[in-house]
Formats: sequence, structure tokens, C-alpha cells
Amino acid sequence: MFRISPTPLELPALRAPLADARAGALVTFEGWVRDHNEGQAVQSLEYEAYVPLAEAEGERILAEARARFGLLGAVAAHRVGHLALGELAVWVGVTAAHRAAAFDACRYIIDEAKARLPIWKKEHYASGTTAWINCATRSGPG
Amino acid sequence: MNELTIEYFALLREQRGQANECLATTAATPAALYAELQARHGFTLPGDRVRAAINGAFAAADAPLRSGDHVVFIPPVAGG
Repeated sequence: MFRISPTPLELPALRAPLADARAGALVTFEGWVRDHNEGQAVQSLEYEAYVPLAEAEGERILAEARARFGLLGAVAAHRVGHLALGELAVWVGVTAAHRAAAFDACRYIIDEAKARLPIWKKEHYASGTTAWINCATRSGPG
Repeated sequence: MNELTIEYFALLREQRGQANECLATTAATPAALYAELQARHGFTLPGDRVRAAINGAFAAADAPLRSGDHVVFIPPVAGG
């Protein structure tokens, strides 16, 4: 289950579907809004998503992880909207019989999600400027 | 002529000044369409840094466009 959410992520609701008597390990990852990036003081973040494709691609990533690591369950969610420092931006939870597969699968899911999902992040800086991350283009000398 | 709907996100939405438009165009591929839109609207992202989606699925830059298609150009992503 992969969801894009315009409202705060609720941990009990995300964890609930992972309950499984066969599972010996639950590994979770939380991505938080931090106060700096590449030397700039960050005040808040805006996330925007192409929702139907982000959810479809997110489901594909979860299916890949289930098959590759033999998971029992996999759930992930990503926020959109304007988030304050410390807010939960992304959550991944996976269950497996043993911990090694769960750790590896959780890492796989968050790495693939960052690289593949059509989600964009705009940083608002303390200086009053903003920037879409990864969209800077070189122009002029240097 | 193809009658297309185009949806913009993030940097492209801001540079276009709107989130959607309908367009009649002779562009037959996403690459040709992006070049046309870039010339018209001054998009700063080069075409080779923008992926395309047609009707909700990722598509190659040289995929064929047909009338009625919904096209999205995807700037470099940054989730997480």
C-alpha cells in the first residue's frame, strides 16, 4: 500500500496493516523535514506530486521489494503540501520473518522512492529565497 | 494536428504560470512538444532533464502522441 497524503501521516494507521503473526521483524524509516541543506538554513518545505503516477510507481516499488526480499508486508506514504521543520515527510514500514531482509528492503524502498517517484521538493530558506531541489540549471559563466 | 492536454508540476508549473492547458500542435513526440513549449514559455530545464508521461504512464521521449492524450512533463524528482 503506497499513499500520497495531503494531511499529516498517522503512524498507528500506517502500522496497523503490517500486523502479522509470521513476522519476526518490522523495520521502519521516517524522513523528517530538517533545518538545513547544502549550507543553507531551511525554514520549511513544500512537496508536490503527480499523484496518480506517484501512487502507481510507489506500488511498483513495494511489489519489487516484496518479491526481491521475501517480505510479508510493505507500506509507505509520502506527504504533499507545506511542511514545517520536524514534520514527517515520508514513512516506510516493512515486515519479514527475519531482520536482515527487513532492513535491506526498507533501504531499497526509500532509495527507489527518492529516485523514481514524481514528487518535487521546494525549499524555503531563512534568507527569504526558495528553490526546487534538483532543478537548478547552470547559466552564465562558471 | 494533435489536440493535447498538458499538465505542469513544480518548476514547470511556476514558469508556465498555470497548471494545465489544452493545445493543438503538430508535435508528434514528447521531445518535439517539450521543445515547442520551451521555446514559447522559456522553460529553463533542458529537454534531456525532463521525463514525459502520457495518459498516466512514463513514456519515451520519442513515443507517438495522439489526439486526446494527456501529457505531463516531469522535472528532476526529489521526494523523501
